[in-house]
Amino acid sequence: MALSTEESGRLAALLGEQDERVTTRWTEIVTSSLRGRLSQAELRRQVQDLHRAIVTTSEQGVIDLSADSAAELRAALSELSRGRARQGFSATETTISIFALKDVLAELVQEAGGPNALHDYVAFSKLVDEMGLFTFESFVRTRESLIADQAEQLLELSTPVVKLWEGVVAVPLVGTLDSARAQVVMERLLQTLVDTSSPYAIIDITGVPAVDTQVAQHILKTVVAARLMGADCIISGIRPQIAQTIVALGIEFGDIATKASLADALRHVLRLTGVETARRQPRRGI
Amino acid sequence: MERVPILKIGDILLVSIQLDMSDQTAVQLQEDLAERIVDTGCHGVIIDITALDIVDSFVGRMLSTIASISKVLDAETVVVGMRPAVAITLVELGLSLNGIRTALNVERGMELIAAAHADELEFQLDDDPDETATT
Repeated sequence: MALSTEESGRLAALLGEQDERVTTRWTEIVTSSLRGRLSQAELRRQVQDLHRAIVTTSEQGVIDLSADSAAELRAALSELSRGRARQGFSATETTISIFALKDVLAELVQEAGGPNALHDYVAFSKLVDEMGLFTFESFVRTRESLIADQAEQLLELSTPVVKLWEGVVAVPLVGTLDSARAQVVMERLLQTLVDTSSPYAIIDITGVPAVDTQVAQHILKTVVAARLMGADCIISGIRPQIAQTIVALGIEFGDIATKASLADALRHVLRLTGVETARRQPRRGI
Repeated sequence: MERVPILKIGDILLVSIQLDMSDQTAVQLQEDLAERIVDTGCHGVIIDITALDIVDSFVGRMLSTIASISKVLDAETVVVGMRPAVAITLVELGLSLNGIRTALNVERGMELIAAAHADELEFQLDDDPDETATT
């Protein structure tokens, strides 16, 4: 799909001679497609960068996007798509910035005329297509890495282990519990048990939207592992619908203590450890 | 041959396993421990496995056997210091250490044995007045 030497020479001449006009027209087309979400000056700068990269690459002779000589062009394209992906533009809005070059080229080729006009235009548009595809791919890659980063951050944020009392820790689970998250929760809980040498852990599932057999399996595994290490687990925050689902699915929690609320679970643990709670005269505000 | 040391602390025998267990070491440990329990008349055995990276079915069975032997000799066995990774592996493998009590660390293990022993003493004390009352 590479351009031949003559073709790339003509492309360089075509784009290089009318430098100012090409960038202006190109910027105009892109601006109208983005409906003013990027400033004219910013777009103009991006377009100029691309234009320069294309001209310098085509001056070197044969243009093949995968060749070493096109490294600068590839870098310019990926920088553009990375920027757009981070700013939240759609894939169409990103690639259209490249495809706009076709319109400009069509006008230029028509004006120049000559016997090779059609042939040149087809060759040029092939190159533009290739550039568009490349942009799209790097756009997707950037988006994917963004999503992966966010998923990781979410995983880090969403599994805190908090200390409720001397020797009592709690894990408030929020969100759907899949295998990866369950593993993280389990590891972190067990590690905290060792670090704080707490013999009691409360797993609060108030924030878990649905409990199916898989989620129950994960919770049960965590409880059994904690027991093996010599700590006891209590499950709390079971909402009415979830209780019904658990019974309907036939999930057996066996001799694991389950409580309706975190407060109940804490009271249960305090009673087990022999801590007395008593009501006093409430303190009046000053 | 390497031997696992058995330390006596008050009414408790402390066994800290620091090396990879082989058949011979395991058998030797069981013999030594049974002998020490009888000699000292201790009522608690704490097995510390903090240093063990891997607990397989062999080590699991050894722990169960030691617990059973101690039970026969009227000593409570507590396994302490299991690492999170070890616990997770055991659960994933579906191995459960039946009949073994566990605690997070040596301190908690000693508390557990003391509590079990206290119950026993209380029970004995409770028994006596009844007998005197009936006679």
